[in-house]
Amino acid sequence: MSEALRLKLAPWLATLALVLVWEAGCRIFAIEEFLLPTPSASLKALWDYAGAIWHNAFFTLWVTLLGFALAVGFGLVLGVATGASRLAYAALYPMLIGFNSIPKVAIVPILVIWFGIGAVPAVLTAFLISFFPIVVNVATGIATLEPELEDVLRSLGARPRDILLKVGLPRAMPYFFASLKVAVTLAFVGSVISETIAGNQGIGYLMLQASSSFKTPLVFAGLIVVAVMGIGMYAAFAWLEQRMTGWAFRGQQPVG
Amino acid sequence: MALIEAERVALRYGGAAGTLALDGFSLAVEPGEFAALVGPSGCGKSSFLKVVSGLHPVSAGTARLHGAPIAGPQHGIGMAFQNATLLPWRSTLENVLLPLEVSRDHRATFRRRRTEHEARALALLRTVGLAEFRDHAPFQLSGGMQQRANLCRALVHEPEILLLDEPFAALDAFTREELWAVLQDLWMQRRFTVVLVTHDLREAVFLADRIHVVSRRPGRIVRSRDVDLPRPRTLATTFEPAFVDIVHELRDEISRVRQG
Repeated sequence: MSEALRLKLAPWLATLALVLVWEAGCRIFAIEEFLLPTPSASLKALWDYAGAIWHNAFFTLWVTLLGFALAVGFGLVLGVATGASRLAYAALYPMLIGFNSIPKVAIVPILVIWFGIGAVPAVLTAFLISFFPIVVNVATGIATLEPELEDVLRSLGARPRDILLKVGLPRAMPYFFASLKVAVTLAFVGSVISETIAGNQGIGYLMLQASSSFKTPLVFAGLIVVAVMGIGMYAAFAWLEQRMTGWAFRGQQPVG
Repeated sequence: MALIEAERVALRYGGAAGTLALDGFSLAVEPGEFAALVGPSGCGKSSFLKVVSGLHPVSAGTARLHGAPIAGPQHGIGMAFQNATLLPWRSTLENVLLPLEVSRDHRATFRRRRTEHEARALALLRTVGLAEFRDHAPFQLSGGMQQRANLCRALVHEPEILLLDEPFAALDAFTREELWAVLQDLWMQRRFTVVLVTHDLREAVFLADRIHVVSRRPGRIVRSRDVDLPRPRTLATTFEPAFVDIVHELRDEISRVRQG
C-alpha cells in the first residue's frame, strides 16, 4: 500500500476502530443503554429520528454560521487594530484575555435576560466563543512583520497605511485562515451550549430533551451530528485556506 | 562637497540610560563613492545606516545629506539587508516593484507609469541574471538569487545612495563572491553612492574605494583607508599580494580595536 493511500485511509480506520471498541465494550460489559448506548443503537436513533434531527441540525448550523460570520468580521477589525497599533494592543489585550477566560456557559443566562430564549443567545454565544482566536492570529500575522522590511519601506517614506495594506494584511492571511478552522469548531461549541441551556430549537435543545426522557441513544446521535458538522466545516475552511494562501504552504524547491 | 557627512554623531537607543551605539562618529562619503564600514560585531555600524536613512535621529552631532541635516526619511535611498525579506505571495518582478508602489516619490503615479516601471525593473533583473525568473515565486529561488532580487528591489527607484547591511552574510562563500561581482557591475554601470556595512574584510577590499574601521561600541571611525586596486576587480584580484596585504592590515587593525 502506498504512503499516500495509507494516509488517506488512516482517519477512517481510526474512527472505525473507535466505533468497534465502543460497540464491543458495551456488549461485553452489558452496559445499560440509558448509560452508554452502542454506536449501532445511536445510529439507529439517528435513522429513527432523522426528521427531527435534520430540522434541528439545520437550525444549529445556520445559528453557528451566523455567529461565526460576526466573529470573522469583528475578529478581523480588532486583529488589524491590535496588530497595527501598539497603543491599541496595550489598551485592549488584557481586556480580551480576561474576556476570553470567562466560561461562555456563564454568559448564556445574561444573554437570555437580554434577548430571551431562542436563536439570538445561540448566535451571540457562537460569536463570543469564536472571535478570540481570529483576533490573536490576525494581530500576530501583522505584528510579526520583519523589522528589516519595515526599515526598507519606511526609508522610502512609505505610509503606515501602505505598509499595512501591501505587506501586513497579505502576510496575516495564512494566520487568519488557520484561525478560521479553529474558530468554526469553537462556534459549534458555543451555539450548542446555548441551545442546551436556553434553547427552543437546535441540536443542543434536542439532546437536552432526549436526555431528560432517558433517550440516551438520541443524545449520542445528536453528538455525532455535531461532530460531523464540525469536521465538515473544518474541512471546508482548510480547503479555503489552501486555496487562498497556497503560497504559505509550498515547501522550498529552489530552481537555481 | 561630500554627499553624506557625519560630524561627531552620537546615537543612543532607548532614552538617556539606553545603549550608546555611536559616539563621536565622523565620516564623509563623496558622490559615487563605494564606502565600506568594517568593525567588530555590535560596534554600531548598522546604526549609522539608520541615521543616514533617516530612520533614527542622531542624539548629538550632525548628519547631513547634500549639506542639509537629515530629519526623517530621505529621497533617493535604497536599502538591503542580510535577510532578503521578499514577499512570498508576490512574483520576483512584483517584489522588485514594491518600492515604487509605496514610496513617497512614486506611489501617486505608479499605476499610470506601470509599463515604464516594469521595463526598468526587468532591465535590473536582466543585469543580475534573473530576467527569466521574473514570474517565479521567491520560494522557487535559491538564497543567492533571492539576494540578487533584493538588490534589484533596493535599486529599482534609481536611488542616489545604496545602503547595504551585511547583504551577503547569509550566503555560502561561492555565491557570495559571485554576488560581489554582480554588485560591482551594477555600481560601475550606475555609479550610485554605496555605504556597505560588513564584517567580511575580503568583501570590503573587493568592493570598496574607501574602507573605514569602526571601534568597539560606542562606535567611531578609528581608521580610514583607500583601496586603489584597479577595477573591475575579479576573483583573481583577491589572490594578488596587494589585495592580501590590505586584508592583513585591516585584520590587524580590527584585532587591536577588539582588544580595545
